[in-house]
Amino acid sequence: MVEEESVRVVRCGGSELNFRRAVFSADSKYIFCVSGDFVKVHSTATEECVHILQGHRNLVTGIQLNPNNHLQLYSCSFDGTVKLWDYVDGILIKTFVVGLKLHALFTLPSAEDSVFVIINKEKPDVFQLVSVKLPKSSSQEIEAKELSFVLDYINQSPKCIAFGNEGEYVAAVRDFYLSVYFFKKKTTSRFTLSSSRNKKHAKNNFTCVACHPKEDCIATGHKDGKIRLWRNFDDDKKYTYTCLHWHHDMVMDLAFSVTGTSLLSGGRESVLVEWRDATEKNKEFLPRLGATIEHISVSPAGDLFCTSHSDNKIIVIHRNLEASAVIQGLVKDSNIFTGLMVDPRTKALVLNGKPGHLQFYSLQHDKQLYNLDIIQQEYINDYGLIQIELTKAAFGCYGNWLATVEQRQEKETELELQMKLWMYNKKTQGFVLNTKVNMPHEDHITALCFCNAEKFENPTLVTSSKDGHFKVWILTDDSDIYKKAVGWTCDFVGSYHKYQATNCCFSEDGSLLAVSFEEIVTIWDSETWELKCTFCQRAGKIRHLCFGRLTCSKYLLGATENGILCCWNLLSCACKILFYYKVIWQSI
Amino acid sequence: MAGYKPVAIQTYPVLGEKITQDTLYWNNYKTPVQIKEFGAVSKVDFSPQPPYNYAVTASSRIHIYGRYSQEPIKTFSRFKDTAYCATFRQDGRLLVAGSEDGGVQLFDITGRAPLRHFEGHTKAVHTVDFTADKYHVVSGADDYTVKLWDIPNSKEILTFKEHSDYVRCGCASKLNPDLFVTGSYDHTLKMFDARTNKSVISVEHGQPVESVLLFPSGGLLVSAGGRYVKIWDVLKGGQLLVSLKNHHKTVTCLYLSSSGQRLLSGSLDRKVKIYSTTSYKVVHSFDYAASILSLALAHEDETIVVGMTNGILSVKHRKSEAKKDSLPRRRRPAYRTFIKGKNYMRQRDDILINRPSKKHLELYDRDLKNFRVSKALDRVLEPSCTIKTPEITVSIIKELNRRGVLANALAGRDEKEISRVLNFLIRNLSQPRFAPVLINAAEIIIDIYLPVIGQSPVVDKKFLLLQGLVEKEIDYQRELLETLGMMDMLFATMTRKESTSVWQHASDGFLENKKVES
Repeated sequence: MVEEESVRVVRCGGSELNFRRAVFSADSKYIFCVSGDFVKVHSTATEECVHILQGHRNLVTGIQLNPNNHLQLYSCSFDGTVKLWDYVDGILIKTFVVGLKLHALFTLPSAEDSVFVIINKEKPDVFQLVSVKLPKSSSQEIEAKELSFVLDYINQSPKCIAFGNEGEYVAAVRDFYLSVYFFKKKTTSRFTLSSSRNKKHAKNNFTCVACHPKEDCIATGHKDGKIRLWRNFDDDKKYTYTCLHWHHDMVMDLAFSVTGTSLLSGGRESVLVEWRDATEKNKEFLPRLGATIEHISVSPAGDLFCTSHSDNKIIVIHRNLEASAVIQGLVKDSNIFTGLMVDPRTKALVLNGKPGHLQFYSLQHDKQLYNLDIIQQEYINDYGLIQIELTKAAFGCYGNWLATVEQRQEKETELELQMKLWMYNKKTQGFVLNTKVNMPHEDHITALCFCNAEKFENPTLVTSSKDGHFKVWILTDDSDIYKKAVGWTCDFVGSYHKYQATNCCFSEDGSLLAVSFEEIVTIWDSETWELKCTFCQRAGKIRHLCFGRLTCSKYLLGATENGILCCWNLLSCACKILFYYKVIWQSI
Repeated sequence: MAGYKPVAIQTYPVLGEKITQDTLYWNNYKTPVQIKEFGAVSKVDFSPQPPYNYAVTASSRIHIYGRYSQEPIKTFSRFKDTAYCATFRQDGRLLVAGSEDGGVQLFDITGRAPLRHFEGHTKAVHTVDFTADKYHVVSGADDYTVKLWDIPNSKEILTFKEHSDYVRCGCASKLNPDLFVTGSYDHTLKMFDARTNKSVISVEHGQPVESVLLFPSGGLLVSAGGRYVKIWDVLKGGQLLVSLKNHHKTVTCLYLSSSGQRLLSGSLDRKVKIYSTTSYKVVHSFDYAASILSLALAHEDETIVVGMTNGILSVKHRKSEAKKDSLPRRRRPAYRTFIKGKNYMRQRDDILINRPSKKHLELYDRDLKNFRVSKALDRVLEPSCTIKTPEITVSIIKELNRRGVLANALAGRDEKEISRVLNFLIRNLSQPRFAPVLINAAEIIIDIYLPVIGQSPVVDKKFLLLQGLVEKEIDYQRELLETLGMMDMLFATMTRKESTSVWQHASDGFLENKKVES
């Protein structure tokens, strides 16, 4: 027996890098981003992670450079603390305990001993911007309870707050109004746009705000894709605004360059737009950034921009709009149809990544290895479009083959199904498309299974489908005197009384194939494709099937939808041992 | 980051003959010229020297044709009976022929009367050939003997009496002056060596041998007899290498293409088959009007001449290479642009970076890239595209549907444009591979243009045509279902076999079609 080792849990990947705006260091050498309860310090040149600042006990919600010392970084978290870090050495300097859930953090050079945070006190939907006085003390952990209220009823997202013109005023947006608080006058002006009643202005909602660093100018982004530039807002009557319109969908974030000459905007189109001199004519684009732009930030030195994307990626962009580095985290798609797989070759985690891609993520290095484009079609990011989805994937023959299934279903009767088989190319160290099968089945494919036994020199794949059939695909030599070619063809089609095939599995030595048809399990001989025997337990539809391995290879395990685990002894066949386990299935 | 991904055009397997280099090469001949001879053409032989004239043996005459001439430029008609096997010497100046009366005659190409007359055979001589040293002639006759003659003395040197039936074909080695092979109706092939006065190799073909051929290297021997073509390895002492059975009647003649890469065989089944000499697979075949008796290829495969039993000689010339027109060229960069950096020597540590190849986008892809959806659809609805490559049109319609802009692209068309779309639908709607996409498009068109129906007689007519087509297709599917029902009944009465599951699958295919149509 193997000695039981104590289980050691290592956390890896999975945290959102795009949760908040990334922050550049003063010399633009480093970029900071939140990552769950860590703050990660990456080099802008090499993309490598230099330090991980750990210490918060909950999600980090905001990071800002210390305006008084450019080698220090403030961070705030849901655990109610503001921490000050030395990012060059990666050590914690001080902890200020506020005691309230902090949603965002802002700093101002003019307010030396205080920071601004967003909190919600009473109702869950009402957020306040408050200033926290950070007391001076030599101890490591300091209570900071001195809060002074600045603005009420604001949005929780830090994108909806901006400090302008060296801290003279703060602008906040929510729903249909923009409020500006002037620190000197201690007054609040409020500007409202026509509300949702009017159909034309139905999507006038504010989404984000940015302030010009030098002038009295506020840029706001709107849900209908417009950008408004507000001026003269110190006067409630004489204020003016101009419109810039290029985005056709919501403006996700805005940022002014350091000098204020250009305005950057981004949205669902995944195009970074640079508006020069705040005019509609004068604009530059950086298209095809891959996913929705969530945040835009600008380095204090003014030479770099960075965009955070919804696919958990940060792109560092040079001033002349050339992408220079990509920091990619584990992509979390809305649906992980493929489940979690391990690539036998690289030992990387494989799952759905960007739309239409498979991502290979190395858990060892906490880094994405590469993306494999499966669907190979132009991705149109539009609301309400039915996309082609990558639904199944399986590795076979020690990582030499990869089978993928993609589908698109517009109406009940119109199913588009495609199966692709990829061969690993040693020369290019990547997968190359070998065979494309249109409509391999008439209905959804429920399972893919390769035969991984060593004695099978001919790769074999089995697909089971809701149309009641399972198909065996084998690799055939298609070479003639003109070219060498191998391709996959269907070798056998099997069915069992028109029941839906729900799963399939090869035994370890590849001699038997088990296919479950709803409540019935059938065992097939893989040499002759003859039906050997059937097991029927009437315990519910079979959801998972698995042969035992090594010494337990005579057993077949099946799990049903209603949480029963069945075990059959293949040697005695008729004799069935049955365990009843209540298993709580989590969606996989 | 990543560039624009072009639309994936669905490809379908091309039905019918596969297009390969061989089909392209062997189809690149002009329509055949037919020349009527006096009787069955038993032999065609090309002169190995320019201008590559060829001798045609038919009935009691031998005609010499020039390369492009339709009339014989010379005729040898001094035969009392049928002539056989007129063959040129390697220098193209002498011609030897056998005849039905047992004589072998040697002609000078320029003269008319025979130079030599070899008497000795008692029956018809069907095969004669020059040996590699040019001074001897080998002949095989129906009196079962093979004789070797000396040209200067016009004397018989050797006689081999090893065959036990008619000797009908033979061939001398091109390298060794002493070696030659004969095939006989006693089913054997024998290789003789003039130095030993007996056969050195004897192999059993299995059928009466009609034709033999030695490869230029002398290493391989090809024999044709019955329906078989067999390849023998001479260097292994006559081991059978491969046996080909691609004709369904007796194979009568063999020829090797000028490159030596392809072997041709003609047969009484009116076909010429071309084999690759590396894999011995059939790569191409020709059809002729009558049974083929003889076959020859000119130098560099410029001409294929086939003689048939009905006395027709078919001559096919290779199409001349299409000369490239000197197009008005764009002005090119100056000479010094090209020589710039040419003499730069690559250092050891230098990393060579190739210029990235520029990705070429199709016109419709350029439109789609810029979201000009109507224009992209217009482009693929051009008659040149719809007729030649309807799959591109269908793929674009599918792509527009995926992008959710198909209705936008189809809307707002005038009479001419909408009838173009309808024409395409009428032509392709009933094709099963396009049906799912096009039915969807047809539904959208009907929805869009329903309010304006009746305004244009042209469009109305097209709609009626479309309706008729759909009705016809539904009737057709119903008939298919009926047939299927009948077949199911028949199968049900038969004994149950394990292959039933396969049948059910096929029937589902029909049902699916039905579903789509309705």
